[in-house]
Amino acid sequence: MPVVTYRDALNAALREEMQRDDRVFLMGEEVAVYQGAYKVSKGLLQEFGEMRVVDTPITELGFAGVGVGAAMVGLRPIIEFMTWNFAVLALDQVLNSAAKMLYMSGGQFNIPIVFRGPNGAALQLSAQHSQAFESWLAHIPGIKVISPSTPYDAKGLLKSAIRDDNPVCFLEGEMLYNTKGEVPDEDYLIPIGKADLKREGDHASIIAAGKMALVAMQAADQLAKDGINVDVVDLRTVRPMDVDAIRASVEKTNRAVVLEEGWEIAGIGAQVVDYIQRDCFDSLDAPVLRVHQADVPMPYAKNLERAAKPDAAKTVAAVRKVMYLE
Amino acid sequence: MGSPDVTSTAVTSTAVTDIESSKMPPAKKKSATEPSTNGGAPASSPEQNREFLHSMLLQRRFEERTAEAYALGKIGGFCHLYIGQEAVSTGVLSSLRPDDYIITTYRDHGQALARGMAPRTVMSELFGRIDGCAHGKGGSMHMFDKSLNFLGGHGIVGANVPLATGVGFAIKYRGGDQVCVCFMGESVANTGAFHESLNMAGLWKLPVVYIIENNRYGMGTALERASAIHDIYERGASYNISRAVCDGQDVFEVRAAVQKAIDRARTEATPTLLEVRTYRFMGHSMSDAVSGTYRTKAELEEHMKRDPIVLLRTHMMEHGELNDDELHKMDDEIKAVVQDAWDFADKSPEPPLEALYEDVYVDTTSDAAADAVA
Repeated sequence: MPVVTYRDALNAALREEMQRDDRVFLMGEEVAVYQGAYKVSKGLLQEFGEMRVVDTPITELGFAGVGVGAAMVGLRPIIEFMTWNFAVLALDQVLNSAAKMLYMSGGQFNIPIVFRGPNGAALQLSAQHSQAFESWLAHIPGIKVISPSTPYDAKGLLKSAIRDDNPVCFLEGEMLYNTKGEVPDEDYLIPIGKADLKREGDHASIIAAGKMALVAMQAADQLAKDGINVDVVDLRTVRPMDVDAIRASVEKTNRAVVLEEGWEIAGIGAQVVDYIQRDCFDSLDAPVLRVHQADVPMPYAKNLERAAKPDAAKTVAAVRKVMYLE
Repeated sequence: MGSPDVTSTAVTSTAVTDIESSKMPPAKKKSATEPSTNGGAPASSPEQNREFLHSMLLQRRFEERTAEAYALGKIGGFCHLYIGQEAVSTGVLSSLRPDDYIITTYRDHGQALARGMAPRTVMSELFGRIDGCAHGKGGSMHMFDKSLNFLGGHGIVGANVPLATGVGFAIKYRGGDQVCVCFMGESVANTGAFHESLNMAGLWKLPVVYIIENNRYGMGTALERASAIHDIYERGASYNISRAVCDGQDVFEVRAAVQKAIDRARTEATPTLLEVRTYRFMGHSMSDAVSGTYRTKAELEEHMKRDPIVLLRTHMMEHGELNDDELHKMDDEIKAVVQDAWDFADKSPEPPLEALYEDVYVDTTSDAAADAVA
């Protein structure tokens, strides 16, 4: 099976869906002539032309709304945010237009739009370029929120997102674009809302999404050296969250660590913990622990950033703690 | 756009318009050398004028009863009335095709009716009942009708302007000659969303007519206290787009101005910023005093002398297109229609509790449609 990068998997998904349905177009900063700020849209302008691959001015609120308006009258926009950090400016259109339009109109106007871009921290991008937005977005009824960790998941889920007739927020990662994985040549879709058990073990469950799922796998490798074998539940979608998958894992292992990129208070991991305590209370042998970013704006200095971020070592420590090993 | 020289009359600030009163003297012609009172629009026939009058009067009587229903507690939340601005909705919407698109703000009842939404449907939505256009799930600020290409009804100031720009983009994408009309208040011209949208519309050349209903107040803040410039249409220069201003109380002037903009959008696919100067006779919303806080009663009374319905009525009567009996008959019929809408809405049930969870998502994908195309 071919091995491709996460970036190329996304590129293929965009290309295939734009070939398949000429209502699909891509819009955002630098997506066309620049070939994509992170080269996710490389080659698309050449293939589809400037009406379907549209460079915008620096106007996130404006072009997010342009996308929603175009979706109201039957097009299928993919709106790229150069990073989700810049999408805060556009949140009114995501929240108050896209998410609520179907409900407020009594079912008349669905919004088949995808908002996508890299989410969370990279390396030393500092406070304003390192924010994770899962919890902000997953809070909102009316949208779906996807955070894939592998090229295979990224391609299958982006295709599903583009075909979905609801607004979908698709969270990628600068640090994920160069990662590699097997991706079949043939067409495939991954259902939105289904987690993936990426590692199996009986001792504890690590639940994570996006690049944190890769951190969880690193932690699992390290734990395995000490004979501790964990389930890694890669959520893949954070809204709707696959509660059945979470429940199945925790009922088996009786211990859970929830790993997330964002801050502690009301972070997405808090929701996972709520599902677990509500549905798996009698199965738990230890409190559920969370591993997340330090409750600070992301610092620039390399050592401080490393200290702020959740990582495999912190995850290993948390697993050992729920196992009462130290 | 001079005001007709009316002599002072005993105009009251009550909600109910006394449109038949002979207290209002006829508007004097501006001058012998000025163009006809049709405002330069392609001359409309008596039948068309009667339709305009009917539309405006329907909006007026409907909004008067809406105010009454709100006071009785049948309508809750925010309720923004269109009284005084009817020439704008009627002038604009009578110039559009069925396949053109309209998107507006929360002051949407008049425009919804002028586009052809049934009074029963609008009133039911106001009452929060199942027969409303959104089955009671939207309310006053969110009138939608897909079959009429009436795209709402939006509550966040400025948010509909990028949406309209997106509709314009879609029209151009598909190579059609439809137009998107975007209504907004004058305060919207200060928002970032406006700036971003008009820049893209001017840059990409989109078939959108942006209509600023300048009623001089953004809620309680007068234009002069909110905006660094007062000739708002001049902002169009920043985006290199066509711009114009007209008198929003004269339905013919509105029609003339908007027709030019629509033609430009349809034939050249370029946008226009059209400032329409109007005035609202009620408060910003039903929570707001009609006058006395941020605007004086004297100012209100002065503006009410240019009631768009009275102006049209006067024009029609001067041209022998309407007499008192016909007007009285039209008004009675309209009042009956509005009463019917009230009765219908009052009898319509509230939505069932299951509706709480409906229409959050659709469970469809594009598979079926796209495969059919392929």
